[in-house]
Amino acid sequence: MAESQEKPQGPQTTGHVWDGDLQEYNNPLPQWWIYGFYVTILFALVYWIVYPSWPVGQGFLTGINTITYVNSQGQEETWHWNTRAKLLREMQEAAAQQRPWFERIAQMPYEQIVKDPELMGFVRSAGRALFTDNCAGCHQVGGGGKIGHYPNLTDDNWIYGGTFDKIRETIVQGRHGYMPPFAEALSRAQIDALAHYVLSLAGEPHDATQAAEGKNLFHSHTAACYYCHGDDAKGRQDLGSANLTDRIWLWADVPSATDVPSKVALVRQIIAGGLNRGNMPAWEGRLSEEQIKVLTVYVHQLGGGQ
Amino acid sequence: MFKFKHEALETNTGLLLVATMMAISVGGLVEIAPLFLIEDTMEKVEGVRPYTPLEQMGRDIYIREGCYTCHSQMVRPFRDEQLRYGHYSLAAESKYDHPFQWGSKRTGPDLARLGGKYSNEWHVQHLIAPRSVVPESVMPNYPWLMENRLNYADIGQRMRALRAVGVPYSINQEEYERNVKDFGPEMAAQFHIPNARESLVAQVRAGNYDGDPSYVSEMDALVAYLQVLGTMVDFSQIKPEELVKFR
Ligand code: HEC
Ligand code: HEC
Ligand code: HEC
Repeated sequence: MAESQEKPQGPQTTGHVWDGDLQEYNNPLPQWWIYGFYVTILFALVYWIVYPSWPVGQGFLTGINTITYVNSQGQEETWHWNTRAKLLREMQEAAAQQRPWFERIAQMPYEQIVKDPELMGFVRSAGRALFTDNCAGCHQVGGGGKIGHYPNLTDDNWIYGGTFDKIRETIVQGRHGYMPPFAEALSRAQIDALAHYVLSLAGEPHDATQAAEGKNLFHSHTAACYYCHGDDAKGRQDLGSANLTDRIWLWADVPSATDVPSKVALVRQIIAGGLNRGNMPAWEGRLSEEQIKVLTVYVHQLGGGQ
Repeated sequence: MFKFKHEALETNTGLLLVATMMAISVGGLVEIAPLFLIEDTMEKVEGVRPYTPLEQMGRDIYIREGCYTCHSQMVRPFRDEQLRYGHYSLAAESKYDHPFQWGSKRTGPDLARLGGKYSNEWHVQHLIAPRSVVPESVMPNYPWLMENRLNYADIGQRMRALRAVGVPYSINQEEYERNVKDFGPEMAAQFHIPNARESLVAQVRAGNYDGDPSYVSEMDALVAYLQVLGTMVDFSQIKPEELVKFR
């Protein structure tokens, strides 16, 4: 390090003296720093004039800066600058940019949207963002779902229906699946027989004699499973009752159980305890009509739309 | 002219104390005092009400568990926030919050508009084990919320404390009737301190928030609270330009 060229000056002190000999050095701030400080004061003065600043009585100085936006009557309105006015205008500008897209989506029937590659590009990117923010917590990123909790939206198996209209209905009004518990209405043996029958429907290993007994029960007035799941056990989409004849399980994770007793136990639990967990929230009011339409098409094309 | 000498301050403790206080209070006065004076600070919107006893207990658990260290409850008026979370928060929406939960740290998402976004089942599962529904989550597990019985013996005292700072919970017939007028009979009954424990249990029975009706858990209270966040004001009834004028 180079030695300082300047002759070392004697230390400057503030002149304060404590206890007879305790002194305080005085090292003034550099000039550029001081001027920088004056500049910030000047900046504040300009800022006070342009933006809302000082409180005065029951109001405040609103500043000379203004923002113009369109009000609910469609007229232009000007207000002093503030973050809410700025947001309103930004939302309106962005909406104007996206309007060509959303307008086309709002007007076109679903079938045509799907055939328009340009629009579908928009649906895929806007839809993915909407899905990640709102749906992925339950249906998981990509829509794969979670056995035991949330249905898979990427397969062609639909609880409530996979047409555009049904998907839209699901999103708009939400869904609530309900199956009553049978623990009191049926004996343990009856429930086990039904469980074997349900396993047989899904092509899972089971006990044939018990399944035959279960089949009778299924269609009897005692258990009345057929009433909700249908005579063919394929489920009713108006009730959201599961199709029991396929290999897709939502509530009982039967495929991952390795032996028959544990498979039976899983189904027994459902029949005995019923189901009241299937709650899909309603999105009307939370999402706009256009957003719901984009999501409907997005979910439809995840894989299994009908 | 008056010549100011540093020494006068530095050698006089009492004076130094007074001057320090004055310097510090300028910041507070400039930022806080105008909010009480300016007429348009609080938006005039319908629907904002105090929390029910159960929701209030849930709110206290939210604070106890430190949820606010990772979650804000304040959607700012920016486009990206509005698109992700919903309508920006209003001052009026936290007028019964003592203390408010605006927060300043977002390790997790903002929760100001959470109510109705998820089902009760989801909240229960997510609070017990967040990674079971959101694999990449860094939120801690809160399994004890389900196991702990809710201790609501002191709910009346809690409400009295809030009443003392201006929340309109009622302790007598007159106040109760005022609440009937302001919030309707159903809510007024919830806000009546002498009946607080019964109201709390009734809401748990009706809502069955944690899926186990056999006892009142801390989970019941927390989920009831989470489900009401940001749902009180119906924004479809408010013209956006009206809110602009409250700033
Ligand atoms: C709180 C969790 C949750 C959220 C969030 C959620 N869903 Fe669902 N969703 C469910 C549940 C549970 C079901 C099944 C309901 C049943 O079986 O009764 C379901 C069912 C559905 C179905 C019907 C599936 C079928 O087979 O008929 C569709 C479509 C769907 N959701 C789309 C969405 C979309 C789009 C979003 C986001 C806007 C969303 N869900 C957000 C829980 C959720
Ligand atoms: C009141 C109507 C109703 C009756 C009666 C009924 N169920 Fe269900 N069941 C449903 C509904 C609805 C679901 C789907 C619930 C959901 O998705 O939220 C379901 C689901 C199931 C499931 C789960 C399927 C899966 O994917 O995990 C099984 C198994 C089942 N039912 C068997 C039965 C049997 C056996 C009976 C007769 C004892 C029966 N159900 C009676 C409505 C009913
Ligand atoms: C260490 C930080 C942390 C703490 C403490 C924390 N969370 Fe979270 N939280 C997160 C993160 C990160 C996410 C996003 C991932 C997820 O959904 O789990 C999240 C998500 C959530 C969500 C879902 C929000 C949405 O819109 O998807 C809710 C609800 C929630 N937390 C509630 C709580 C509650 C209630 C508490 C206190 C009992 C709490 N959190 C404590 C970090 C935290």
